[in-house]
Amino acid sequence: MIIETKNLTKRFGGLAAVNNVDFVIKKGKINAIIGPNGAGKSTFFNLISGFHRPSSGTVIFKGIDITKLPANEIAALGISRTFQTTSLFDKSTLLDNVIVGHRLRTKSNLVDAILRTKRLKREEAACRDKAMEVLEIVGLTDVADKIVASVSQEEKKRTAIALALATDPEIIFLDEPAAGINPDETEGLTVLIRKLNQSGLTICLIEHKMHMIMNLADHIMVLNYGEKIAEGTPKEIRCNEAVIKAYLGGSASAKVI
Amino acid sequence: MKILTKRNGIIALIILAFLFPIIGQNDYYLHMLTLSFIWAIAVYGINLLSGYTGYLSLAHAGFFAIGAYSLGLLTVKSGMNFWLALVGACLITCAIGFVIGLIALRTKEHFFAIYTLCVGYIIYLVIDKWEGLTEGVRGLIGIPAPGNIGPITFDTAASQYYLVLVFLLAVIIVMYRIIHSLTGRTYMAIRNSEDLAQTIGISTMKNKLTAFVLSTFFAGLAGALYASFIRFIGPDIGSTSIMFDLLMYLLVGGIGTLSGPLVGTLLLVILSQNLQFLQEYRMLIFGPLLTLIIIFYPRGIAGAIFDWKIKRKDKKPPVLRNDVSIKVEEG
Repeated sequence: MIIETKNLTKRFGGLAAVNNVDFVIKKGKINAIIGPNGAGKSTFFNLISGFHRPSSGTVIFKGIDITKLPANEIAALGISRTFQTTSLFDKSTLLDNVIVGHRLRTKSNLVDAILRTKRLKREEAACRDKAMEVLEIVGLTDVADKIVASVSQEEKKRTAIALALATDPEIIFLDEPAAGINPDETEGLTVLIRKLNQSGLTICLIEHKMHMIMNLADHIMVLNYGEKIAEGTPKEIRCNEAVIKAYLGGSASAKVI
Repeated sequence: MKILTKRNGIIALIILAFLFPIIGQNDYYLHMLTLSFIWAIAVYGINLLSGYTGYLSLAHAGFFAIGAYSLGLLTVKSGMNFWLALVGACLITCAIGFVIGLIALRTKEHFFAIYTLCVGYIIYLVIDKWEGLTEGVRGLIGIPAPGNIGPITFDTAASQYYLVLVFLLAVIIVMYRIIHSLTGRTYMAIRNSEDLAQTIGISTMKNKLTAFVLSTFFAGLAGALYASFIRFIGPDIGSTSIMFDLLMYLLVGGIGTLSGPLVGTLLLVILSQNLQFLQEYRMLIFGPLLTLIIIFYPRGIAGAIFDWKIKRKDKKPPVLRNDVSIKVEEG
């Protein structure tokens, strides 16, 4: 167990986007959250990563209550995430985009910058090395010096993952990493996620591509209208009545996927 | 060895700048150049915040005026030594900047611009109406020129030019170092996406506030130099029209570029002087010029040159590019 949510609830006005969700993210596993559009998956991510303050409930990371921490402090603890839409800086290189990802592990400030201190030089080298290291992990070493605007959508997705990895996380949340890329590329991304997991990183992802999830995940939670309707292994989820109903709307005779 | 490198070009420009008073021998041009260097320092301040951190401030003419008036009041009314007053003026500007930044940075994007526009106007009003302190519309007269540093005096046009030039170079070096450091990368990450910056562990408020205060420092420094150079200041230096002049320099030169503020300021000040005979109709030229630049070159002249260089670099090895993309798909 690395992250645990207890009775996590977020209300936007009268709408409960996330309602009373208890979820345990298992350390070292690939965890997945699925559900129809508007089920509250992204909101759930936003609550854990500190973007939204929950209306009630708690988020516990390795025994520490992180419910009320701001996003940047949560990141410093070792929780990293990507966004559905990758917001990289189009006009600079992949490498330059990723370097700043390691900033939170450095201490140099404005004075170091103006005086060009040894500490700054050392930390800059460390950030650069880190960036090259994570770009290699995601397989982008060859295009590290390309301008973001000139690379493919899939490469942008990989860059966003590299940026998240540069923060030295223990757990990484991926919000629809395979949205908008073709089946071959999705396969490549599946391989990458598995590789990251094998290196010891805990993963939690939201995804709509069922084939990918069923292949990849160790543990799945299904959300619908903000509520958890099922939880279990891919096999259990596949034949869960409530899940089939949520996805297909009808009786349990149809098969998901 | 290539002689036409960027480094040599910059060295040549600096040497030219230092030799100008000797070659030029024209007090009018010297005056114009000194003045545009002062404006350029203020524009660098705006650029740090608006160009690199992504917060378009319209209060910086106000901070410029605060710097100018602080120096004026400290020297004229308190009889303080010029150099002490210069430090004091910068500190006062930073202190006020800190308080305003603390509130202003709670807003974003156009709300921030509108908020700071109001702040700038309020600063102008305070200076204009608080006659007991600022002398109101009469302005402050008799601000002393910079005091001697040992044997060096600043009573000729050339010596004042050198003083301002040294400050400008210092500001550019500081800007260069910030931009090419982790701190600069942090600011640019905030400009790019504040949410993403927070996700990767950046304390956005702390960094934005630092950038804001430093940018007011530059504006205050420019204001203080202006006061001692012109020797007379009125509330008009904090007016909205000065703010939009500064903004125009930045936009034409290139927002978010290192050379942009200097290029834009020099170009527009010189152009504006040469079009003096057109009086207010000058705006008929500047208006369309500005519109065209924003449409076609959103990062100004410096940005256009930068983009052109990247395009040229990208075009050179077209074969290699295909190779790379194939490799990536395999990996």
